[in-house]
Amino acid sequence: MPNLKELSKNAGLFTGGHRACAGCGGTVVINQALCTAGKNTVVCFATGCMEVVTTIYPYTAWGLPYAHLGFENSAAIVSGVEATYKALKQKGQVKEDWNFIAFGGDGGTYDIGLQALSGAIERGHKFLYICYDNQAYMNTGIQRSSATPTGANTTTSPAGTKIQGKVQRRKNLTEIIAAHDTPYVAQANPAYWMDFTKKVEKALKTDGPSFINVLAPCPLGWGFSPNKTIEIGKLAAECKFWPMYEVENGKYTLTYKPKKEMKVEEWMKLQKRFSHLFKEGNKELLTNIQKDVDTKWETLLKKCE
Amino acid sequence: MPRRALTGNEAMAEAMRQINPDVVAAYPITPATEIVQIFASFVSDGLVTTQFIPTESEHSAISACVGASAAGARVMTGTSSQGLALMHEVLYQAAGLRAPIVICEVNRSLSAPINIHCDHSDTMGSKEAGWIQIYAEDSQDAYDSVIQAIRIAETVFLPTMVSTDGFIISHCMQGVEILEDKQVQDFIGPHRSAYSLFGGAPITVGPLDLQDYYFEHRRQLMEAMNTSLTTLDAVNKEFKQKFGRGYDIIEEYKTEDADHIVMAMGSTCGTAKVAIDKMRAKGVKVGLIKLHVFRPFPHEQLKKALSKAKFVTVLDRSDTASSMGGPIFVETRAALYDQMPKILFADYIYGLGGRDIDIEEIATVIEKGEKMKLQGKVEKPLDYIGLRE
Ligand SMILES: Cc1ncc(C[n+]2csc(CCOP(=O)(O)OP(=O)(O)O)c2C)c(N)n1
Ligand code: SF4
Ligand SMILES: [Mg+2]
Repeated sequence: MPNLKELSKNAGLFTGGHRACAGCGGTVVINQALCTAGKNTVVCFATGCMEVVTTIYPYTAWGLPYAHLGFENSAAIVSGVEATYKALKQKGQVKEDWNFIAFGGDGGTYDIGLQALSGAIERGHKFLYICYDNQAYMNTGIQRSSATPTGANTTTSPAGTKIQGKVQRRKNLTEIIAAHDTPYVAQANPAYWMDFTKKVEKALKTDGPSFINVLAPCPLGWGFSPNKTIEIGKLAAECKFWPMYEVENGKYTLTYKPKKEMKVEEWMKLQKRFSHLFKEGNKELLTNIQKDVDTKWETLLKKCE
Repeated sequence: MPRRALTGNEAMAEAMRQINPDVVAAYPITPATEIVQIFASFVSDGLVTTQFIPTESEHSAISACVGASAAGARVMTGTSSQGLALMHEVLYQAAGLRAPIVICEVNRSLSAPINIHCDHSDTMGSKEAGWIQIYAEDSQDAYDSVIQAIRIAETVFLPTMVSTDGFIISHCMQGVEILEDKQVQDFIGPHRSAYSLFGGAPITVGPLDLQDYYFEHRRQLMEAMNTSLTTLDAVNKEFKQKFGRGYDIIEEYKTEDADHIVMAMGSTCGTAKVAIDKMRAKGVKVGLIKLHVFRPFPHEQLKKALSKAKFVTVLDRSDTASSMGGPIFVETRAALYDQMPKILFADYIYGLGGRDIDIEEIATVIEKGEKMKLQGKVEKPLDYIGLRE
């Protein structure tokens, strides 16, 4: 694994000065991934916050080749780019080795882009897909997605007098992608940069498709102060809401064991999107959320045995 | 030149084999499925060096095509109807990014109700997407136009679709003169694109383009469309000169002394020519304009070609849902506005969902047109052929 000094050599591939909110977790995810991948990387991006804040013409934050078309097709675009690489390499028109990374938000990945991603993985293109999961459609003003956790207040699952935020449970996308027999699948968190860096390295070495689902705390959408992004990320791992693990050719490994017992509500309390759940009468909702986190954690541990 | 009996789909697939694109990403749909199937067998038999991406949908097929094109590949695909409709969003992205992709399209109606047969609703639904649109009359035309389309698209950096009438052309055998592989390769030349992700300096493709630049970029696209007519013409002239056949942007048939013009597109033009011969034998001075290119709309050519016309009978194989008639009618009338009301127009919508049109039916509407021409008045500017009402 490269050390920090080596990683920092690639710091210019994703420059500052873009227009993300202060403390945006998504930009940290991108920066960490690209520092590991290096300059011979083509990035394909789905419409969403990160695309919007990094490429307002005539400016760009991208110091490497980058392509964006639409919201749901980043995995399809990367298929075409990777196929072209093979075609041009065979003709001798491209000589160097290249990495291919497609990015999408949770909306662009769990929801509208799921089909394109499923297809691209099944076809076996050699690429890494990184989902930066900020758990809602942030770009369009914080609407629910299938990644939004139960109980979260969003503009399309508003906490009202009758309904207390999102009623449904989160889709377990990482497991869906693992069920494709994808050679390398992982869950990561920018608060644990060494773990994430190792995962990106492994993913890019995979001879075939790979997928990393990365939590991307969003100060604006989740309601916390911009200086708390990394802390919120850390606590998401500690309370087992966001387990960090990898699946290599079907073999599950937990890559981080929480250090202390922590209830999920301790983490939720720090975010305004859950504040209504701490009102009188919502205790049962919190209990159910905790149960769900516990069950998922137990299931995962069994897989990791 | 070897002559082979080929269906429209086989002819288009054969052109694709000879073009040997870097990337083909496609998804099957009747009546274009064969193009994809035949091409897949070319890949399996090592007859092409193409990277073939059998995607999980047309939306992904065209998205992969745009990605490949941005990466510097010569790219082709094939589709029809619902497939083209599913691509709709990405068609605009392809044009906006000036990706010179070529689609072998087979015209089919759109659901609902579901129907697999020919009309032009599918491609007409994307006439505003920024793609050049070429409508072939037969298999030979389809074969030749696909080869020309590569040159055209890669000269003006506009994506181009060449379409044939579903089943009528796509599945009917016809003698087709096939060029040598080398002739095709020499004609199309090496791939040209406006930019490439592998081109050296890192580029950002598809940035967010707001109030201060978007308009200029769209204007460039409009300008490329405007000037592409010159390229379409030049490429066709070169093709004609090299191979002895070609297809003018608008083809005129017996129009020289005609004051009554029939306008049509696609396979119906063949039927219309026979109907015109029949009417001419009766002394009617009628001719045909076959629109070979619908996008860009050849308005200057039409103004000239219709300058002596007193009556125009338009045959439209789709409707615009504007209650004003079909797309050929609406656009030709707009182009001819300055000449009106000297020219009288009647529009006939026909053949939706693959309903046949025959010589007699066309002859009948020509006769009706003759009457209206003499009366100097159009009773029904919009009518239907072969419809039970
Ligand atoms: C086909 C289509 N539907 C809807 C939109 C509007 N839209 C743009 S970004 C977005 C949400 C993005 O959410 P996500 O992928 O989670 O990324 P985030 O903005 O949260 O980073 C939506 C709904 C669109 N651009 N295209
Ligand atoms: S809304 Fe959230 S995801 Fe979007 S830029 Fe701001 S912090 Fe980042
Ligand atoms: Mg999101």
